[in-house]
Amino acid sequence: MSALRTAQDVADGERSASEVVAESFRAIDQRDAEIHAFLTLQREQALGEAEALDVRITNGENVGPLAGVPIGIKDNMCQIGEVTSCASRILEGWRPPYDATVITKLKAAGAIAVGKTNMDEFAMGSSTENSAFGVTRNPHDPEKVPGGSSGGSAAAVAASMVPLSLGSDTGGSIRQPAALCGVVGVKPTYGLVSRYGLVAFASSLDQIGPFANNVEDAALLLEVIAGHDPKDSTSLNQPAPSLVAHLDHGVRGLRIGICSDLLQGASDDVATAVAQAAAVLQGAGAELSEISIPELGLGLSAYYLIAPAEASSNLARYDGVRYGLRVDGDDVTAMNTRSRTAGFGDEVKRRIMLGTYALSAGYYDAYYGQAQRARTLIIQAFAKAYGSVDLILGATTPTTAFGIGEKSGDPLAMYQSDICTIPTNLAGHPALSVPFGKGVDQMPIGVQLLGPTLSEQRLFQAARVIEQGAPA
Amino acid sequence: MSTLPNGWEMVVGLEVHTELKTQTKLFCGCANAFGSEPNTNICPVCLGLPGSLPVLNEKAVEFAIRIGTALNCVIQGSSFHRKNYFYPDQPKDYQISQYDIPINGIGFLDLPDGTKVGIERAHLEEDTGKTTHVGGSGRIHGSDESLVDYNRAGVPLVEIVSAPDIRSAEQARGYAAELRAILIASGASDGRMEEGSMRVDANVSVRKGSDAPFGTRCEIKNLNSLRSLQRAVDFEALRQIDLLEAGESITQETRHWDEDAGRTQTMRSKEEANDYRYFPEPDLVPINPTQAFIDEIARSLPAMPAQRRVELIAQLGGDPTQAQRDQLMAAVELNVDSFITGAIHAGVTPAIALARTANELAALGDEIFSLPLDDYVALLKLEDAGALSATQSKAVLADLVAAGGGDPAALAKQRGFEKLDDGSLDGILDEIIAANPDEWRRYCEGDDKLTGFFTGKVMAATKGQADGKAVNAALRTRKG
Ligand SMILES: [Zn+2]
Repeated sequence: MSALRTAQDVADGERSASEVVAESFRAIDQRDAEIHAFLTLQREQALGEAEALDVRITNGENVGPLAGVPIGIKDNMCQIGEVTSCASRILEGWRPPYDATVITKLKAAGAIAVGKTNMDEFAMGSSTENSAFGVTRNPHDPEKVPGGSSGGSAAAVAASMVPLSLGSDTGGSIRQPAALCGVVGVKPTYGLVSRYGLVAFASSLDQIGPFANNVEDAALLLEVIAGHDPKDSTSLNQPAPSLVAHLDHGVRGLRIGICSDLLQGASDDVATAVAQAAAVLQGAGAELSEISIPELGLGLSAYYLIAPAEASSNLARYDGVRYGLRVDGDDVTAMNTRSRTAGFGDEVKRRIMLGTYALSAGYYDAYYGQAQRARTLIIQAFAKAYGSVDLILGATTPTTAFGIGEKSGDPLAMYQSDICTIPTNLAGHPALSVPFGKGVDQMPIGVQLLGPTLSEQRLFQAARVIEQGAPA
Repeated sequence: MSTLPNGWEMVVGLEVHTELKTQTKLFCGCANAFGSEPNTNICPVCLGLPGSLPVLNEKAVEFAIRIGTALNCVIQGSSFHRKNYFYPDQPKDYQISQYDIPINGIGFLDLPDGTKVGIERAHLEEDTGKTTHVGGSGRIHGSDESLVDYNRAGVPLVEIVSAPDIRSAEQARGYAAELRAILIASGASDGRMEEGSMRVDANVSVRKGSDAPFGTRCEIKNLNSLRSLQRAVDFEALRQIDLLEAGESITQETRHWDEDAGRTQTMRSKEEANDYRYFPEPDLVPINPTQAFIDEIARSLPAMPAQRRVELIAQLGGDPTQAQRDQLMAAVELNVDSFITGAIHAGVTPAIALARTANELAALGDEIFSLPLDDYVALLKLEDAGALSATQSKAVLADLVAAGGGDPAALAKQRGFEKLDDGSLDGILDEIIAANPDEWRRYCEGDDKLTGFFTGKVMAATKGQADGKAVNAALRTRKG
């Protein structure tokens, strides 16, 4: 059932929000013991909100575009009174006293948050294995990872527990799990969706975006959460884009570049899927060309300096003084050290150390400075490419979902799975992943569409064409 | 001016942190207020809660530019950096500050003694909370508990860094005093050192002769008054000279001024200094004030202390005495000179307006700024006309300030102050002369020192109600 249809039915009184939400919890009860997409559920709260919404509908009140639609929220977005742990021991049980802007917007739109979804701790990871509270399993094969870091949000939608969920994408954390779980995932233009209330990993790269079972629902959700927010200084002074209304405009005349650098290392089945998706676009009237942006090869190493550098600073506040885990010590430094040692997992510690080193006196220019210069080169290279094409097509991930435990002992191999998604974050551009068939292992494949700043309308139009031409 | 032994010269630079008196904090809407109950002016942003984001207070930018303009600084497009270090009173464990491009670049400040002190920068940053150590020793090590109040966290600060152009402790004090007067005049800050709204750190080094390269410097903290500043700089320069003359070397370090012991002590060495890992603050966008905005601030800035001193001298007329010059300096420094100008404009004798304002009014605290000028002028006119003696006038002034204004004549009457008529003064003088024949003879023979003796007797007899000038005149008349 699509989110759009559900919202229309609820608004029209065809179905009650209470019934829709109860159905979502039934699906969660059936499947989540195995999948573990959710860290916490807000059963009473959600059913209460649904009942209140039903009363409003009975009274003839105008309800929002997501009336009664159940939604999963990644556990790094603050929601008043609901545990927001970032899947970390250091924030275990922490309940924010305020709502993230996206939560405020969802509530105003009539959506019902049903729970907080699992993730890699502080969004650091590509498999959701770095959660302090257990792995999430891929609904298509429980021995496989769902991807990460927003693995819980992707799996919840893929397993039909909720029609929509929110994730955050710092280097591919929405698009990569969307591809591995066979759902649509969108990383919007940096600044299009407010970051206020999103627990920061790497502030200059983080962006909240939607997961959905289809392109239309993803467009609807993005319309709801986008728009200028005075509480986020990096928020663009732009209204939310109109996406759903323009979804079926097609791709006739659109120039789409197939980027060889976004296919490097891709397995044969993934490369074939990208070629077939290109053929679908061409068949719908797009003008295809093959392009190369070699600078994208700098992305991975630049990212693994910039993101940890910002993270080392963003995560300093978890010191045991004001909230979260405290392990006492003889003095304040000992208390800080013991709290952080006990509270953070290995991957988080690895990145804090990496980032601290990259910013240290004497190393700043060679590491952080050099990474920023590489970032500038990537931005310039994209700008040049978008002089001759409107959108870029490539793989979302080099392979389909890998096995649980397969890469968790090898951080560098794990980092490689974000190689196709990272450049978009460094440039602040939008990109999305659309499901396109299955691999030889019968696991979902996603293809990625990239566009320049604020090209969401065009991206969704092309995604719609690919979705309609995808193998059943 | 104290001189250093054996041709030594001190080199001093000052770093002054001043809180801006904005209504709200630098990055959130919490009240910027001193003295509230602990942890009442806080929110997710200034507590650094996960997910919160800073939004720049435009008024703080305006105030920072006012300060920069008053200090003749280059006002420039700038950005914020994060200064990373762990400390419990710092909610995010980093401070949002400015690094390579401050909002106010190079400028200068002219001291009243004619010295030009360079300003290297005056940048915008956020304040930290306040930690109190309770139980046990009450010091950071050995206390039972540490309590943190985050009311001050996120209060806007401007840090003003001088060039190492200061050459004596008096000059250091003079710079801080003049800077404070400028900050107050700019309207951006209240310059209260005792409440910590203005905090001074001094970098001190010494060298042999004014051509020698700079020596190793020490930074002195905990200077809570102008007096502490002057004493600490003097002590530190002499300490360094003693070490160097004994063949030892200076260790670069941060030192703490102990006001009671009158000396500086090691706080932390250079090795213990933090690597702040500065990097551009990704949660904020660059500040790019328009030229029109900068020009408007420059236009709206009131007259600065140096100009006000010149204007005041002109208003006093003639050549002021040294005492009057000191009064004038103090009046401008304490920002009370508008009372003098106002009174002179209203026709009060300039010397009375100057003396009463600089000596008495300025000593009555901040309440004086709510005293209506008209009431003050009315009081000075009563004194000017001889209706109140100087002593009476001072007493009524205190009443007037305490009441926040009013009719000075009525207040004088409440105190029972009535002008003595000349007849009763004559009678009192007769009695005093009769009772002190020797003194009167010596006075008549030309011993003018005895004027005070007789005036004092008259004042005692009239409980201060006699007019000093009238008594002097009567004494001279009788002497013949
Ligand atoms: Zn606040």
